[in-house]
Amino acid sequence: MNPSVTLSGPASSSSHKDGRAVYRTVAVVGPPNAGKTTLFNRLTGLRQKVGNFPGVTVEHHTGSYRLESGDEVNLIDLPGVYSLNPKSEDERVTVDVLNGRMPGAELPDAIILVLDSNNLNRHLILAGRVIALGLPTLVLLNMADELHKQGGTVDVLQLARQLGTPVALTSAVTGEGLHAVANFLIAAPQAPEPIELPIFGDPRHCREWAVRVGSNAAYRRGATPEWTRRLDSIFLHPLWGGVIFTVVIVGVFQTIFSVGQPASDLLQHFLDRVAVLLAAAIPPGLWNSLIVNGAWKGAGSVLVFLPQILLLFLVIGILEDSGYLARAAVISDKVMAKVGLNGKSFIPLLSAYGCAVPAIMATRTIENKRDRIATILIAPFMTCSARLPVYTMIIAAFIPNRPVIGPFIGSRAVAMLSLYVLGFLMAVLTAKALKSSVLRSREHGFIMELPPYRWPQWKGLALRLMDRCKAFLFRAGTVILGVSLVLWGLTYLPMHNGQPPAIADSAIAKVGHFIEPAIKPLGFNWKIGVGLLSSFAAREVIIATMGTLHGVDPESHAMDMQQALHSDLSPAGAIALLVFFAFAMQCMSTMAVVRRETNSWRWPILQFLYMTTVAYVAAFIAYHVTLLYWS
Amino acid sequence: MVFNFMTKSPRKTRQHLSDLNVGESGILDGFELEPSVAEHLMNLGFVPGLEVLVARSGPGGNPRVYRVDGTEVALRRDLSRLIAVSPLGAEAGAD
Repeated sequence: MNPSVTLSGPASSSSHKDGRAVYRTVAVVGPPNAGKTTLFNRLTGLRQKVGNFPGVTVEHHTGSYRLESGDEVNLIDLPGVYSLNPKSEDERVTVDVLNGRMPGAELPDAIILVLDSNNLNRHLILAGRVIALGLPTLVLLNMADELHKQGGTVDVLQLARQLGTPVALTSAVTGEGLHAVANFLIAAPQAPEPIELPIFGDPRHCREWAVRVGSNAAYRRGATPEWTRRLDSIFLHPLWGGVIFTVVIVGVFQTIFSVGQPASDLLQHFLDRVAVLLAAAIPPGLWNSLIVNGAWKGAGSVLVFLPQILLLFLVIGILEDSGYLARAAVISDKVMAKVGLNGKSFIPLLSAYGCAVPAIMATRTIENKRDRIATILIAPFMTCSARLPVYTMIIAAFIPNRPVIGPFIGSRAVAMLSLYVLGFLMAVLTAKALKSSVLRSREHGFIMELPPYRWPQWKGLALRLMDRCKAFLFRAGTVILGVSLVLWGLTYLPMHNGQPPAIADSAIAKVGHFIEPAIKPLGFNWKIGVGLLSSFAAREVIIATMGTLHGVDPESHAMDMQQALHSDLSPAGAIALLVFFAFAMQCMSTMAVVRRETNSWRWPILQFLYMTTVAYVAAFIAYHVTLLYWS
Repeated sequence: MVFNFMTKSPRKTRQHLSDLNVGESGILDGFELEPSVAEHLMNLGFVPGLEVLVARSGPGGNPRVYRVDGTEVALRRDLSRLIAVSPLGAEAGAD
C-alpha cells in the first residue's frame, strides 16, 4: 500500500507530456453503495447538473472535471448497477450510454469504474463485464480507507496486470489516490488487455473468475466493521429496534418544527422589512403595486418556508447516508406488509413528507412493479412541505393556542399532527384498497442490502440540498411568481379612466364568482375559490394568491394575512379547507413526474381524479360536521 | 437458462433458508424463484455454492438478516422459504 503506486498499469507508462486531456466524455460506472456519487461530487464539485435522457425515467448527473492544464473533461454519473444485464431500466440506460445508443448522450470515450474495495469478490464480476466492452477503463478500488482500517489488502499492480487496465486504490471521502483520475485522463488511450476474460452467463463461473483474479492480486477483504454489527444488534433488536425507530421518526418531525419554525420566522421578518423598504422606495401607483403586492408579497409568502423544507431534506439525507434508512426499511417491513406493500416503500414514503417529486423518483428501488405503482399513487397523501405553509397559516389564523396535553403540547400542535395523521391514514386505506384489487401481486418482495454504517458526507449532502434549494427557488421564481403576477393583473382589470377597479368588480372576482357555486357547499367564498384554482399549480401558491388578493384590497391592505382570512372563512370553512388540502392532488410537478415514471397519462389522471374527489367529499363532511359542533 | 441449479435430486425433503435458526448457516443450493428475482439475489452475493449465515432476526422475526459473501441482506420469510440450502450445522456457522 505504498501511496506512490496508486496508479498502475499499461496506461500510466506513456503520459502526454503537455498534460492535455485525451478524452472528452468519460462515463462513471459502478455498483450501488460503492461511493460513486461521492467520487463524482469530489471530482466535479459545483460544476454539475441533473438531467434526464429522453424517453427514460433514469436521472443522471453530468459535470466537468478540470485538469491542471485547464482542459475540461465531461463526466457522466450513470445509475448504480450490479451487472450489465439490460433487464432493469437503470442497467439498460447504463448499457445504452456505454454503447453510444442513448439518444442525447455523447458516446463516452473512456470509463471510470468505481468498485468497493471491501467487496471485490462481488464487484470484480461487474469489472469483467465493463472491461469486456473494450473502452479504455480506469478501475478505482474505492473506500480504501475502510479497507486499510479493517486490515484488508490488495496488490494494485497485480490486479492491473490481471484486468489489463490501470487500477488505483482510492478513497473518495479522504481524497486518497484521486490523482490517478487525472493521470488516466491525460495518458494515451489504450484498450484493456485482460489476461483472461471472464466467462459470461453462469454466475457461479463468474464468481470463480472474480475470486481467482482477486486472489492472484493477493486480495484479502477486511473484516466487517465491528461497530456496524454492534449498532445493528441495537437498531434491529426485536424490542429496542422498534422503540428507536419511533424515536427517530418523531425526532425528525420535532426537529423540523422546533428548529425550522424560528428560522422561517426570522426570514419572514427580513422579507417584511424589505417589502416596507421597497414600498417606500418606489413612487406610489401601478409600479409600486406590481412590485410590492404582485411580485414581492406573492413570491415572498412562499419563500419563508425554505428553511423548513431544507431542514427536512437535511435530516432525511443524514439518515440515508448513515445507513439507518435501510434498517428503518427492515423494521417497517412488517407494518408495510399489512397494507400489501413492503419495507422498500418506506423510504420513498418518508421522503414524501418533504416532497412527492423526489419520493416518486425514489420508488425506482422497488423491484415489484405493482408495489411501485401503489407507492407512487399513495405518496402524495403524505404531508409534503408545500402543505406545511398552508396548514401553518390557517391553523395560526383560526385555532386558538390552548394547552391540550400538558403545558407544552398545544391545540395548534394537535391540529397539525391530526392533519399529518389524516393524510397517512388515507394513504394506508388507499394502499390497502389498491393492493387487494387492481394492484394485487404475489408477495415475497423484500430484498434489502444493509450497507455498513457510515458518517454522512457533508459535501454530498450540501450539494443535494442545493439542488432542492434551486428547484424551490426556481418554482418560486417561475410558477409562483407567474401566478402571482397574473392574479395581480386580473385584480387591475378592467381599468376605468386609468384607475383599477374595486376588487369586487375586478376580472378576478368574476372568475371567483363563476366557480363559487361549486365550493360554497364547502364553506369557501370566491376569494378562497381563486386561491384553490391557483393552488392546482402548486399547493403553496394559495398563500401567494391570498397575499396578492388582500394586498390590493384597501379594506384588508393593512391587516396581516391571519386577520384578513377571517373575512373569507368561518372556522368550519377553515377546517374544511385544511381537510381539502390534506387530500387533494394540487401539484403540477407531481403529476408530471408520475406521468414520467409510469410512462402513461393513465395513472396521473386517475390519481388526480381520485384525490380531488376524496378531498371534496371529505371537506364537505368536515364543513358540515364542524358546523354542527363548533358554532 | 442460467438459473438451473436444481440438479441434485432431493433425496429427503429439501431444506430452505427459512428452516435455519439465527446463528446457523447453510450452503446455497438454488432458487425456486422467478429468474429475475434469483438474478437480483445473485448480484447481491447469493451465489449457489456459497455459505449463508442467518445473522439476526428483525423485530417480530420477519424479515431476517442473512450474511453472505461479506454483505448483509434482509429477506422476508416468504422469500427465504424458496431458497434451497444444504445445512452446514451450527458449529460451522459460528461466526
